[in-house]
Amino acid sequence: MKYYDKLIFELSREGRSGYSLPEDRWDCHPDSLPDGLKRASALRLPQVSEPDVMRHYVNLSNMNFGVDTGFYPLGSCTMKYNPRINEETASLPGFSGLHPLQPADTVQGALQIYEDLSRCLCSLTGMAAFTLNPFAGAHGELTGLMVMRQYHISRGDMKRTKVIVPDSAHGTNPASAAVCGLEVVQVRSTPEGVIDIQDLKPLLDDTVAGIMMTNPNTLGLFETGIDEIEKSVHEAGGLLYYDGANMNALLGKVRPGDMGFDIMHLNLHKTFSTPHGGGGPGAGPVGVSARLARLLPSPAVSKREDGKLEMVAMPDGAGRISGFTGNFGVLVKAYTYILMLGRQNVKNVGPYAVLAANYVKESLKDKYKLPVNSLCKHEFVFDGLLETGDGHEVTTLDIAKRLLDYGFHAPTIYFPLLFHQSIMIEPTETESRETLDAFISVMRRIADEAAADPGLLKTAPHNTPVGRPDETSAATHPKLKYDFCQATKTGL
Amino acid sequence: MGFAYFPHTDEDIRVMLDRIGLKSVDELYSDVPQNVIYKGEFDIPDAMSEMEVRRKIGDLASRNVRLKIFCGAGAYDHYSPAVIPAVISRSEYLTSYTPYQAEVSQGTLRYIFEFQTMMAELTGMDCSNASMYDGPTSAAEAALMTVACTRKKHRVLLSATLLPQVLEVVETYCRFHGVEVTEIPAADGVTDLGAVPQLLSGGDVAGVIVPGINRYGIIEDLTGLADAVHASKALLAVYSDPSALAVIRTPGEWGADIACGDAQSLGIPLNFGGPYLGFLCCRQEYVRKLPGRIAGETSDAEGRRCYVLTLQAREQHIRREKATSNICSNQSLMALYVTVYLSLMGPDGLRKVNSLSYGGAHYLHSRLLETGLFSEAFSRPFLKEFALRTSVPADRLQKVLLDNGYFGALSCGEDLVSFCVTENRTKEEIDDLVEAISKAFRPDDCLKGC
Repeated sequence: MKYYDKLIFELSREGRSGYSLPEDRWDCHPDSLPDGLKRASALRLPQVSEPDVMRHYVNLSNMNFGVDTGFYPLGSCTMKYNPRINEETASLPGFSGLHPLQPADTVQGALQIYEDLSRCLCSLTGMAAFTLNPFAGAHGELTGLMVMRQYHISRGDMKRTKVIVPDSAHGTNPASAAVCGLEVVQVRSTPEGVIDIQDLKPLLDDTVAGIMMTNPNTLGLFETGIDEIEKSVHEAGGLLYYDGANMNALLGKVRPGDMGFDIMHLNLHKTFSTPHGGGGPGAGPVGVSARLARLLPSPAVSKREDGKLEMVAMPDGAGRISGFTGNFGVLVKAYTYILMLGRQNVKNVGPYAVLAANYVKESLKDKYKLPVNSLCKHEFVFDGLLETGDGHEVTTLDIAKRLLDYGFHAPTIYFPLLFHQSIMIEPTETESRETLDAFISVMRRIADEAAADPGLLKTAPHNTPVGRPDETSAATHPKLKYDFCQATKTGL
Repeated sequence: MGFAYFPHTDEDIRVMLDRIGLKSVDELYSDVPQNVIYKGEFDIPDAMSEMEVRRKIGDLASRNVRLKIFCGAGAYDHYSPAVIPAVISRSEYLTSYTPYQAEVSQGTLRYIFEFQTMMAELTGMDCSNASMYDGPTSAAEAALMTVACTRKKHRVLLSATLLPQVLEVVETYCRFHGVEVTEIPAADGVTDLGAVPQLLSGGDVAGVIVPGINRYGIIEDLTGLADAVHASKALLAVYSDPSALAVIRTPGEWGADIACGDAQSLGIPLNFGGPYLGFLCCRQEYVRKLPGRIAGETSDAEGRRCYVLTLQAREQHIRREKATSNICSNQSLMALYVTVYLSLMGPDGLRKVNSLSYGGAHYLHSRLLETGLFSEAFSRPFLKEFALRTSVPADRLQKVLLDNGYFGALSCGEDLVSFCVTENRTKEEIDDLVEAISKAFRPDDCLKGC
């Protein structure tokens, strides 16, 4: 990685251009619009040549780390390999050139993918129906909670406005609940890191809409009390929501539907190998049990009498939550991945992911503090170093930054909030034993460095294009866009 | 037999299990109640080789009909230059996560900063976030943002001339969030600004959302609206097509507080509806209520200029149930799409895209009127999209176009159909489309009520 300090605006020179468009032979132009409707202000977009653009964005990319660059043990993010065939199929002109409002007869192939992918996801999760419209995991949560509320509202049960969320939950859970107009009630974890059923039971009254669970939870632990939780919540009239962020642990082995969950979302960009793209686009399909299927959002894909597929509105549903039918391009990628895996290989996704996580955990627990020493699923959490040096408290942040020096991406840090020094590691099933061993050996070396030379960690990273950014000044004096005036003054 | 994405040899599995102290992979699930371990067969196809998958999906793609697009309605067939896929397919962008570790994410953070600058520039706003899912959800977030920015107000006004999908999505979010929605009626194809003072008079309106270019393609004249909205201490959001903002009056120039919309029109393929790119921009005083990721400039200890995700105190992972948005990601790669597009186009290129679209759309408009089958629906200024009145049923018109390889004449109201022309359409295609319609229908048939 090499530091490169330009912004595209700084390459701009008046009169340069990087576009190629046909000659304008029309005899009327936007100039003839009424003055009051026209843009009056200058438009300060960059003026750069095509080679300038290409080189600039390649240089910028050289300061980025991706799964293709190296190991990315980011907990709860499932940074598995993103197969290239996915990219090829999604960009076929037969998909990328389709207008979303084209008549059904002209998009049968696309609708078939929507239908086939839904059916595959139903089988893999044990749910009865899926909407593929949500754009991301958090969007799936919101959609799923809308379905939950819609269920109670459709039964005239208006007082169910509380949703129970464990203290170990992803931040999006309470936030999605709040956006959905639900009141969040927190349930505690036991010292063993799972939901405290004794704390849960008194919360289950007739105002509870449901519970949101991540299973395995964010500690990577299977919620062993799931049977009892399921019975208690259902008996109280609530619904169970499954946050699919950690579904990779169970894929091919355990289905949320069989555990009694009524609603769930999947992150196709985690479990189903579609690339994260630096933060999106993802896809967050929502699956429901049969009694909730009619409550899914609009539009849905349905079969016509002539056997062809079409888009239909869902009159009883939660409503429309996306402009069209979700991130279709991402759906094609996930479907491609499922076809590649097939019935045979999908059974090994969860088990191999769990194998890798336990292997790394067992190889490091003599150096790092393992708050819950038990079998984990696809990820686990350390609470900092087992032994810290005298005086120089080496933190999780220091360890994370030092990992960057060794060519590994950092794990998820300071989450879950249950511990002060959380380091959350998720290796996934696509990493080889050699890669895991290299990571283990570096983590052990960092633990030794922490004891021998804590200063080295405190000032890490040393080998990256930039060092630790001053985040405080970024937040207190926000500079959120390029300052054209400053550029003029300095003659740029 | 091995599988291409799993590196595990039998030996690896044995060594790894040994380290853990287990005998079999199944034991990894010994903590799971055995009644929920799935023992059945999955209803998914048998594993296929890459060439078989390529063929199968290729077959599905070829079952779709590729049409020459004369339809907009929130998804625009603008040209996408070859540089864009070359850039976005770079592993370093494609396979990276949200840039939490700034030291190894300067590529992503820097283009987000450039994107924010470009969107603020296009919309005439002070700042932009790092992107949203799509246009309709950006409008929904804008609606919730106006509620968060004002005190004890719980109503938003939505113009009836917004795209139908925008109205529906905002309505869904508001219904669940406990925000009342009132529509501002349309009058002669545009937002009835005369109705606004009455709707504002209740004092409970947090925000007003109107389109810059509406569902009929009309460029709305929003003169005086911002003053009226601000007088009742509400916020104005303008839903915009950012491509058009190179030539038409910007949300900032109309006095808006928030700009939202879909940036798909900036070089993103139609993709059957997604992935697209929502955007959300605002005036400086509201930046701390702006949902979504935001990148900011700072420096490292050695004084090197660098970028970080900033103002995170606004976000869901800090605020949890106190958050006013649950947005956790963005559509980062699509923001890169748009950033590269705008870099290539520059001010002149984007104006030319608009000029070519405008010229083609106005040519089609006059050619269709000449056929005698259509009449002006609203005699108002438009850019690339317009509605015409006709007594020919929309589905029959659409069928004739489909038979000739075109998609257009979208029904947009009783007796109304809309067309859209971008720089991707040629004069020959327009002439051919008009000829196809002229051949299929005669004005006399029409008068008899065909």
